[in-house]
Amino acid sequence: MSEASSTGAGQVIDTAFLRRWFIAAASVIEREADRLTELDSPIGDADHGANMRRGFIAARTAVEKEPPDTPGGVLVLVGRQLISTVGGASGPLYGTLLRKAGKALGDARQVAPEQLAQALREGVDGVAQLGGAAQGDKTMLDALAPAVEALTFALDKGAGLAEALSAAAIAADEGALATVPMQARKGRASYLGERSIGHQDPGAASSALLVGALAGAAREGTV
Amino acid sequence: MTVGLVLVSHSAQVAESVARMATGLSGGGTEVPVAAAGGAPDGGLGTDAGKITAAAHSVDRGDGVAVLADLGSAVLTVKALIAEGDELPPGTRLVDAPFVEGAVAAVVTASTGADLDAVAAAAQDAYTYRKT
Repeated sequence: MSEASSTGAGQVIDTAFLRRWFIAAASVIEREADRLTELDSPIGDADHGANMRRGFIAARTAVEKEPPDTPGGVLVLVGRQLISTVGGASGPLYGTLLRKAGKALGDARQVAPEQLAQALREGVDGVAQLGGAAQGDKTMLDALAPAVEALTFALDKGAGLAEALSAAAIAADEGALATVPMQARKGRASYLGERSIGHQDPGAASSALLVGALAGAAREGTV
Repeated sequence: MTVGLVLVSHSAQVAESVARMATGLSGGGTEVPVAAAGGAPDGGLGTDAGKITAAAHSVDRGDGVAVLADLGSAVLTVKALIAEGDELPPGTRLVDAPFVEGAVAAVVTASTGADLDAVAAAAQDAYTYRKT
């Protein structure tokens, strides 16, 4: 694992890295579940936190019990768990993101940061396709799409993995906050019309947490 | 030819009631396998992928399965499961139809021994039935 997590050129992403991501993701979702549910109360059905907690605890258990031996395998496993256990729209959406990304990585035991960025881009495209949503609709895409853009941009500029993922996390946070003034055009919140304005989208908020956990997994690996 | 029908709702009661209603209104043709997949894994409002998968397999007679879903996560979960490729029986199709009227149309049509295309078309056609 140590050589896989080294900084600088030639960084690779391995199974351990992705396991760290989802263990960290489960922790942050557990910690923030109440806030996610609060965000989901005025414009949703007040279950996002509970749904995400159930899904990510199941995902963490699956990853710890039977760890797949490829990074793509970890993504596919977590995606499948989320589709099975979340119980809300975020399940199939995050599940599709991770499964598409996992399939894009194929059977490689280690992948380069650029490959992860490209795989995540394909995953995010899958989310847009499944939900029929675009940026600006006040959905998780408003955090995910800028995150993938920032990740790709930073890697293109020669940033290391941890630095590039930090940039992605900042972009996701900003994207989530930018949903506050938006009017929802997808999901239950869209029925509220203008009354959806002034609230942060819960899906964008949880997306920012997940990207933050990914950045954390990269920082941890560099210590 | 026996097409199966799965009804996916956020509410277990809605899915089961619509299944009973559609079956009750289907008349005296071939018995159509109908299964309800309602509610979240914890029993509350939401969607349970496991229930959908089990329901689809329970009504599959090899001639295809039509799935009707109410909204949001019900629709997205069915789409995600179909995209998986191996979760649902081959020939499982999400039908774009109104939930109650589409279910009745699908069961009546399936009870005549119609194929999946005809069942799906009848369910979708229920959108055109205006009430005023």
